[in-house]
Amino acid sequence: MTVIPNHITETEKKIWSLLETVTDPEVPVLSVLDLGIIRDVKVQSTEENNFKPIITITPTYSGCPAMDVISMGIRMVLLQAGFKEMEIKQVLSPAWTTEWMSAEGKDKLKAYGIAPPQYKQAVCTPDAFQQEEAIQCPQCNSWHTTLISQFGSTACKALYKCEDCKEPFDYFKCH
Amino acid sequence: MNASLINYTLHLADNALTIGHRNSEWCGHGPVLEQDIAISNIALDGIGQARNFYQYAASLSGNGATEDTLAYLRDVIDYKNLLITELPNGDWAQTTLRQFLFSTYQYFFYQQLEKSTDRQLAAIAEKSLKEVTYHVRWSSEWVIRLGDGTEESHKRLSNAVTELWNYTGELFIPASYEKELIATGIAVDLSVIQPLWQQKVSNVFSEATIAIPDKSFAQQGGKEGIHTEHLGYILAEMQFLQRAYPGAEW
Repeated sequence: MTVIPNHITETEKKIWSLLETVTDPEVPVLSVLDLGIIRDVKVQSTEENNFKPIITITPTYSGCPAMDVISMGIRMVLLQAGFKEMEIKQVLSPAWTTEWMSAEGKDKLKAYGIAPPQYKQAVCTPDAFQQEEAIQCPQCNSWHTTLISQFGSTACKALYKCEDCKEPFDYFKCH
Repeated sequence: MNASLINYTLHLADNALTIGHRNSEWCGHGPVLEQDIAISNIALDGIGQARNFYQYAASLSGNGATEDTLAYLRDVIDYKNLLITELPNGDWAQTTLRQFLFSTYQYFFYQQLEKSTDRQLAAIAEKSLKEVTYHVRWSSEWVIRLGDGTEESHKRLSNAVTELWNYTGELFIPASYEKELIATGIAVDLSVIQPLWQQKVSNVFSEATIAIPDKSFAQQGGKEGIHTEHLGYILAEMQFLQRAYPGAEW
């Protein structure tokens, strides 16, 4: 039986709290933990009696340009915290879903002016001209909103407009 | 076996990169801002999927290959993309029709590839499928809107069908390296997805009031490295920097 030494779990805890400070460069109110892209944190003991974090992340979208910046951000906070060696691995399966976004993350999105993904996932099918989901305007809370385009300012967002306050807004679309 | 798997992975990467590059040509030129953003997003998804396949192909090949050497330092004869992905964009009708024909193919293709005995190909397929679902929806809406729109838009969509149809047969003809992998459950059996594709295309065409051409001639060769003259121009633009300044990074 392998006994996990206590200091390893302490180190893991420290890494999780460091990750809380790494944010998405395009949606800076969200941490990588809010986004749900950290899949695993492990710590390995190295020869020089140091600890080597091994962090597994998963991309939101295949072509998301923020992923490289996020990996770099993780590396930077770990270096600043005194870790000398680290490994950041990327996995694709299971594929990321907006269901992994934290409830806190959804609240932060709304406060930032982006409609968060619905709590109950709409089924995304390839059928044309589906009935659109009702999305609440993050500015005035009206449900009287219209989809402008399924593709918005970044891969993860759709573009909506509010028929009441007349403001356009981004919706972090279900995925 | 390994050589076939590398070729197959490159074929999938080249498809995604080539159509991604073509779509990126619309960036800043779309008919309206929202649709410019939409096609640029679709281009980005394609290039992202291509990166995943190239990274995997590079890990299989060794010999110092990287995603960049595979994308930027192979010539026309090494590229294995389907011909339809390299054709010029034409007008908006031709671009959205090509996207519909190809995305619908990718949709059923990735659904099967998710069950591949190769775990990395299955993982890339699982990831990509979610993105392609949005592409099919967007492009079929355009096909229906244009086909069932005005006299002018109907005419343009009909012309696009005439232009592109001969390139759809190739989607379902397995290359030599592919046949071996189909037998071992790694590659997608194209005969399984062909009827699904035909059914979906037929439904959308009927909503678009467009007839399916009865021609059966298929332009082919892309998967084996025999391309139209258009691919050379794409590579000339895409690869210029790495050819002129080898190893340049930013």
